[in-house]
Amino acid sequence: MTIAPENNMVDVSFTLNGKLVDVSVSATDRLLDTLRYDLRLAGTKEGCGEGECGACTVLLDGLPVNACLIFTFQVRNREVQTIESIDAHELEEFHSEGATQCGACSPGVVMTALWIRNHPSLLQTHQLSRLMAGNLCRCTGYDAIVKSLEASLSIQERN
Amino acid sequence: MLRVEARSKLTGREVFIDDLPAEDIWWAGTVRSSLPRGRIRDIHFGSGIDWSSLIVVDHRDIPGPNEVQMIERDMPVLAADVVRHVHEPIVLLAHPSRRIVRQAVQAISVTIDPDEPMLDFRHPPTPQQIQYGSDNVFKKLKIEKGTVDEALAAAPIVVEGEYETGAQEHVYIEPQGMQAQVENDVLVVKGSMQCPYYIQHALMHALNRNEKQVRVIQTATGGGFGGKEDYPSIIALHAALLAIKGNRPVRLIYDRQEDMAATTKRHPALIRHRTGVDHHGRLLVQDIDVLLDGGAYVTLSPVVLSRSIIHAAGPYHCENVRIQGRVVLTNSVPFGAFRGFGAPQSQFANERQIDRIAHELNIDPVQIRKINLIKDGQTTATNQVINDGADRIQVLDRAIDLAEYHDRKKAHEVFNVQHPTLRRGIGVASFFHGAGFTGSGEVQLASQIHIHGRPDGILEVRSSNVEMGQGALTVFTQIVAERMAYDQDYIVIVAADTSVVPNSGPTVASRTSMIVGKLLEQACDDLSRQLNGESNTDGTALKDAIIRWHHIRPDQELIGKAQYNMPPDIHWNDLTYEGDAYSAFAWSTHIAEVEIDLRTFVIRVINFTAVQEIGKVLNETLARGQIQGGITQAIGWALLEQCHWNNGSMQNNNLSDYVIPTCPDVPPIAVEFLESPTPHGAQGAKGIGELPMNGPAPAILNAIAQATGADPRSIPLTPEQLMETLLT
Repeated sequence: MTIAPENNMVDVSFTLNGKLVDVSVSATDRLLDTLRYDLRLAGTKEGCGEGECGACTVLLDGLPVNACLIFTFQVRNREVQTIESIDAHELEEFHSEGATQCGACSPGVVMTALWIRNHPSLLQTHQLSRLMAGNLCRCTGYDAIVKSLEASLSIQERN
Repeated sequence: MLRVEARSKLTGREVFIDDLPAEDIWWAGTVRSSLPRGRIRDIHFGSGIDWSSLIVVDHRDIPGPNEVQMIERDMPVLAADVVRHVHEPIVLLAHPSRRIVRQAVQAISVTIDPDEPMLDFRHPPTPQQIQYGSDNVFKKLKIEKGTVDEALAAAPIVVEGEYETGAQEHVYIEPQGMQAQVENDVLVVKGSMQCPYYIQHALMHALNRNEKQVRVIQTATGGGFGGKEDYPSIIALHAALLAIKGNRPVRLIYDRQEDMAATTKRHPALIRHRTGVDHHGRLLVQDIDVLLDGGAYVTLSPVVLSRSIIHAAGPYHCENVRIQGRVVLTNSVPFGAFRGFGAPQSQFANERQIDRIAHELNIDPVQIRKINLIKDGQTTATNQVINDGADRIQVLDRAIDLAEYHDRKKAHEVFNVQHPTLRRGIGVASFFHGAGFTGSGEVQLASQIHIHGRPDGILEVRSSNVEMGQGALTVFTQIVAERMAYDQDYIVIVAADTSVVPNSGPTVASRTSMIVGKLLEQACDDLSRQLNGESNTDGTALKDAIIRWHHIRPDQELIGKAQYNMPPDIHWNDLTYEGDAYSAFAWSTHIAEVEIDLRTFVIRVINFTAVQEIGKVLNETLARGQIQGGITQAIGWALLEQCHWNNGSMQNNNLSDYVIPTCPDVPPIAVEFLESPTPHGAQGAKGIGELPMNGPAPAILNAIAQATGADPRSIPLTPEQLMETLLT
C-alpha cells in the first residue's frame, strides 16, 4: 500500500454509531483525530498514540481496535462504534464496583468490556484478564474492572 | 455512596483539557535541549517554515523574572544561556495547525557548547561538575535520637546493607496539558492539575501579574500520582507566554513520548543501613544514610527528602536512631513528587534490612517485626510519641491470618523441593505513612475551605483540592451529607477555579480526605451555627432554613468557613527534626507471594494481602480502589518499570519499552481495613492515598529472597537482574 502525501485530501464515508458520515481528511489522518477534532466526539481518548494503552479503543466492524493506529481512510464504508453510543444505564455494575477512578482509560476499557460482554463465548477460550490486557489502567489495579465485568456477565446470563 | 462523577467518566462525557472545543485554538510545541549541560551558542530557524505565521517565544518574552516559583526559584521558565538537562525547554511555538507546529519544532536547531555533566548521583562531583552551592547538595537533613555510635559499638550483632531504588514514571493515562488565553486582561489557564494555587503563584511571579489578573481552572484530571503537582506550573507558564504574546487561545498538550521524556519522575535512591540488634532480633540502634538523585533543579526535592528520612526507620521502636539524608544535583531531567514522596524508597530499604537481619539471626520475619513494632506510648525516630490506640501488632497478625502465611510458607517449602524449575516464596513488609504536610507544613499552608448555602437551598463546597481519580468529590459530598444530615442530591462540589475557591492547599500528601475533609466538617459546623435560629424555630428541614435565611437577608451570602489551625497537642521542631512529624500515621502490613521460573527468571506475584489501619473507612469502594491501585503501581516499580538512562534522559520514553502492569500481571489482592479513629481527620479518617506504595516492593523482594535464597537489594528487579543476582 502506498501512502499518499499528507496534504492529499481524501473523502471518506463510514457508519459512525449507526449513522452515515462523510469526512474530508488528509490521507495520513488517524481515525482518533478525525473522531476527536473533526467530528467532535472527544469521548475516545489518546493515552499513548502507539497502540499500547487502549484508551482510544473503538469497535471497527464490531471488533476492538486502537483508533490511534487506524488511518481514517481505512474505515471507508465500514462501521465504527465509539463510547458516545453507550448509555450509562448499560454500565451500572461498572459504577457500583468502582471500575473508574480518573476516567482517562475508562472509555477504552468500557468498549473492550462491552465487546467481551457481547461475546461471552470468548471466555471459553480466553481468560478475562487476558482479554482486558490491551487496556492500561493506572488507578484501579484492574480488580474492580474485572469484578464489574464478571458481575455484568452473570446478570446477562441470568436474563 | 457511589462515585459521583462515575457515569460521566464511564461514558466518556467527562471533559479533560484536550476535549474542549478546538476550533479557534493555536497548538503549541516546545523546542528542547539535546544535551545534559552546556551553553546555548545559537538558535537556528530552518528553511521551509513560514516563521511569521507562528507565535515564537523565548526567554526574552518573559515579563517578570525567568523563574518557576516552587520551593526555590532556581529553574528557569525557558533556558536563557545555559542548559542543565536534556529536554530543558528553550523555545516555544504555536500555530493553528498541529502538523505545522510539529514540523516547526523539528526545523529549529539549537547549538549548545557542552560542559561536563554530572550524571551519577552515587559518586561525588568533580570540581567541574559543581553547579549548586559548593557541593551540588540541594538539601541535607538529619534525625538523631539517643546515642548511636556508642550503641553500635556495644551491639552484639551489627548488620549492614546497601539498597537501591530506580526512577519511576507516573504514567497517568491522561498526558499533561494546559490551555491559556487572555480575557479582558485576565489570564485564564485551564488544565490537568493537582494544585491550582501553585500554578497561580507561578504565573503571577514570572508574568508579573497580580492574583486578580491570573485565573487558574482545573479540568478533569486523568490521574496525577504527584506528576501533576509541580510540573503543570511549567506547562501553564509556557501556554500563557504564547497566549499573551500572540493574543490567541493556546493549547499545549504533551504526547506520551514528550510527557515521559520531559516531566518529573520518582527520585532514584541509594540507602545504607547499619543496624545493631540483640540475639532475639530487638533493634538496638539504626544508622541510616539516604541519598536521593534530585536531577537538575530543586523542584520539591527538599520535602521529598524530609518525608523519606522521617519514614526511613520504619514503624519500629528503637532507642538509638540516626538518619542522615542528602538530595543532590545531577544533570538529569528533574525528579519530583510521586505517590509516597520518598517514603517508598526508604521503607523499601528498611523492610529488606529487617528481613535480612531475621535471616542472619535465623528467626522468623514475622517474629522480628512483632518484637519491634511500635506499641502505644513508644516513639518514632523523631521522638514522636505514638498514642493513637491503633494496634500495629494486630495489623500484622490479621495480615498473617488472612494470607494463611504459615501454611503457605510450609506449602511453598515443600513445592520448592519437589518442583524442578519453579520456586515460590512469601514475604512480609510492615510500614506506615504520615498524612498531611510534614511538621509545621500544614500551619504554613493555613488552608481555608468554604461551604455556601445558596438561595436555592443547595450546599456548595468551594475547595482548591481537585478530583483526579482518588474520589475527592465523592468523599467531600459524603462528609457534608453526614455532617449536615443532608441529601447528597443537594450538595455540589464546584470545580477548582482560583477566582471562586479559597486556597485549601494542594491535592497532595494524602491530605484531602483527612485534613481538608476535617476542615470541611468545621465549615459545615460554622454554617450550622449561622443557621441555628432558622432551622430550630419551626422544625423545617435544612433546605427550607437556607432558603428562608436568604429570604430575610436578600443581599447577603451564607458561607460556612474554616481555616486550619495546628491542634494544640502537636509539636514539631524544624531545626532539630524532633517531635510530631505528622498528626496521624496509617499503619499497614503487606504479604506477597511470588513464583519464579528458574528457566526464564520471570517473576510472577501470585497472591497479595493488604491489611491497614486507616482511622476510619469513609468509603469502602474508594478506599479499596486506592489500596489496590497503589499496590499495582508498586508492583510495577518493584518488578517491571525500568527507566533506561542516557545523558540524564529517559531512552525508553514510550509504553512499548516502559512496561507498567496490565490486567493479567496483577494478582488477587485481598484488602482489609482496621479502624482506630484519629481526632485529626474527617470522621476519624487518616490519609491513605500514598500508604499502599510503601509495602509491595519490599514484600515482593522478601518473597523472592525466600523462594530462591538470593539476596536482591535493588529495584526494579527485572528477570535480567534476578538472573544476574542468582548466577553471580
